[in-house]
Amino acid sequence: MSDIAIRVEHLAKRYSIGEAVVPYNTLRDTVAGFVRSTFRRTPSEQRAHVWALDDVSCDIKRGEVVGLIGGNGAGKSTLLKILSRITSPTRGRARIMGRVGSLLEVGTGFHPELTGRENIFLNGAILGMARREIARKFDDIVAFAEVDRFIDTAVKYYSSGMYVRLAFAVAAHLEPEILIVDEVLSVGDARFQQKCLGKMDDVAKSGRTVLFVTHNMAAVQRLATSAILLERGRLVGSGAVRPMVARYLGGHSHAGYEAARRTGKPQVLESYLIDQSGQPAARPLNTDAFGFHIRFVLPEARSGVRVGMGVLAADGTVVFTSGTDDVSLDVPAEAGEFDARVMVPGDTLLAGDYHLALCVWDSSSGDIFDLQEPALSFSLEYGPSIVYNRGDDRKGFVNIPCAWTMTPAAPAPSASLIGQP
Amino acid sequence: MSADARAAAADLVVDIEAQGDGLRRLNLREVWVYRELLYFLAWRDVKVRYKQTVLGAAWAILQPVMTMGIFALFLGKLARVPSDGLPYPLFSFAGLVPWTYFATAVTGGSLSIVGSQQLISKVYFPRLLIPLAAAVTPLVDFAISMGTLMVLLWWYHVVPGAAIVWVPLLVLLALATAFAVSLWLSTLTVTYRDVRHIVPFFMQFWMFATPVAYPASLVPAQWRVLYGLNPMAGVVEGFRWALVGGPAPGPIILASTAVVAVLLVTGLVFFRRAEGTFADLI
Repeated sequence: MSDIAIRVEHLAKRYSIGEAVVPYNTLRDTVAGFVRSTFRRTPSEQRAHVWALDDVSCDIKRGEVVGLIGGNGAGKSTLLKILSRITSPTRGRARIMGRVGSLLEVGTGFHPELTGRENIFLNGAILGMARREIARKFDDIVAFAEVDRFIDTAVKYYSSGMYVRLAFAVAAHLEPEILIVDEVLSVGDARFQQKCLGKMDDVAKSGRTVLFVTHNMAAVQRLATSAILLERGRLVGSGAVRPMVARYLGGHSHAGYEAARRTGKPQVLESYLIDQSGQPAARPLNTDAFGFHIRFVLPEARSGVRVGMGVLAADGTVVFTSGTDDVSLDVPAEAGEFDARVMVPGDTLLAGDYHLALCVWDSSSGDIFDLQEPALSFSLEYGPSIVYNRGDDRKGFVNIPCAWTMTPAAPAPSASLIGQP
Repeated sequence: MSADARAAAADLVVDIEAQGDGLRRLNLREVWVYRELLYFLAWRDVKVRYKQTVLGAAWAILQPVMTMGIFALFLGKLARVPSDGLPYPLFSFAGLVPWTYFATAVTGGSLSIVGSQQLISKVYFPRLLIPLAAAVTPLVDFAISMGTLMVLLWWYHVVPGAAIVWVPLLVLLALATAFAVSLWLSTLTVTYRDVRHIVPFFMQFWMFATPVAYPASLVPAQWRVLYGLNPMAGVVEGFRWALVGGPAPGPIILASTAVVAVLLVTGLVFFRRAEGTFADLI
């Protein structure tokens, strides 16, 4: 028992959808509801419920760094909120052994009217640090945030980058036994994100227990010693990181089989990111070619099936699309499972976060058999190239090698702007 | 981490369960552990309150002084409300000082939970600190208006007697009342946003039921006990007696204390029962 930091037993959390849609009641509604139910004898309205978390049990050992992964609505944040004691579970129990620091957001409690210095103390206290502890770490925090010159300026005058850096710096200096972190690594610019990841590395190596949520599979593989996979509120697996990540990224296969069996139509089973040699990749460099492995199934023989993919930017903008018909590649017109591979040449996309959308359709009727948007999310890192030396300064999504020339302007007698009286 | 810190951490076991009953969760020791945060929350509110105001903390003097001016003109001069033989401006100001504190604390306290939405949905700390900070913060303004009251006493050549030693206890009673009422109102506001519209009326009504602008001696003797059920009646009457003179509040203060004790205990239980769902409802 003593080597366990967090024990979760049959934890469940129910939200009623009514609460989400109508965020609060009014006395009138309650009174009216009371009158209705008392005098009219109509059956009480069936409120729609969602189990955000459903019978989840797991143990987290002391010193483990656990990545909590799963798609949107899988229950990751709900689990963190319960373990952080922000909300109570509907059923089940959890036991936490040790001092917990939880970081569900950076800059919680920052007040815009207060100065950087004041906010460091306020935020530190909110995160559970003692005043002496904050005072001791004050200089480190300021140095980490790189805001020394503005430390006595109200944070409402800070740029958003400075604000986030200061907020993260306070949080990064929290030293609890057990650290619970929600997706906070996705803040700030790319350079600062690297710094944050470095800080997380330090925390992970210091022997503390860490439970963190991220969609960044590279970060999970780099930092975590084990992973927990949630799907629609249920725990579907836990253990070594790589298999869990693979299962998450290929998480559609089970559903894909089921849909294929039910509809008899072609379905995507799984997809994952690959590097130039075809091996599963975590976070390729944008200077290298990379691609996607796509497994799909034709439950029955069918001709004219096409597979296509689209790369979307983090905000959903379509960057480009491509399909098997681009290269007149035909999907075999027979029942079975097939692997498609598509490669994207290096030096085309800028570093950043992207989503992959996949589609299987019928070329003659245009019917869509399966559309997965996004099928997976991935990130590219800047590779060594003179073009990217300025790092994140580059805007847009693509790198187009443009031709530039420069010559002295040819003198135009009437239109010259230089040397006119 | 030092060895003793490690030992302390190893001792710390937190059990998270589906909502338990209110009394068992009344973990006041934890509030003590988080006392520094209480200080910071109050400190933040004090710092922020008068930022970007031209007059700043002078508002803490101006507000009760202006109210006193209005009372003195309309109630003292025109309506000739009796004042237990004291100069009416002094009489009403001595009542306004504790009342203004109370009204500010309750108004702020009732909105405190809803106003702390950001914190509540992202960080854990004993939620009791929020209404507690809201009740403590206006004590700063209270201290400033106490200074004003001292000036007024000097102006009217009134020297407080030995009864002044009761002032801290009366302030504590006012704080307890404000905190207890805030516990109820802030919790109700989370579920029923109507409460925020009711509070101003409620406070106005409450002021008329409190001897701020008139002496408690105006209330017929057979109604005094009922009147004493208003805890602020005891506080205001006692406060005036302790500083300015006039009749001692007598058994009213005992009734007030008893009511506050009941309000406080029930408020704590009510608040604790509800706090687990604050993050879901806000």
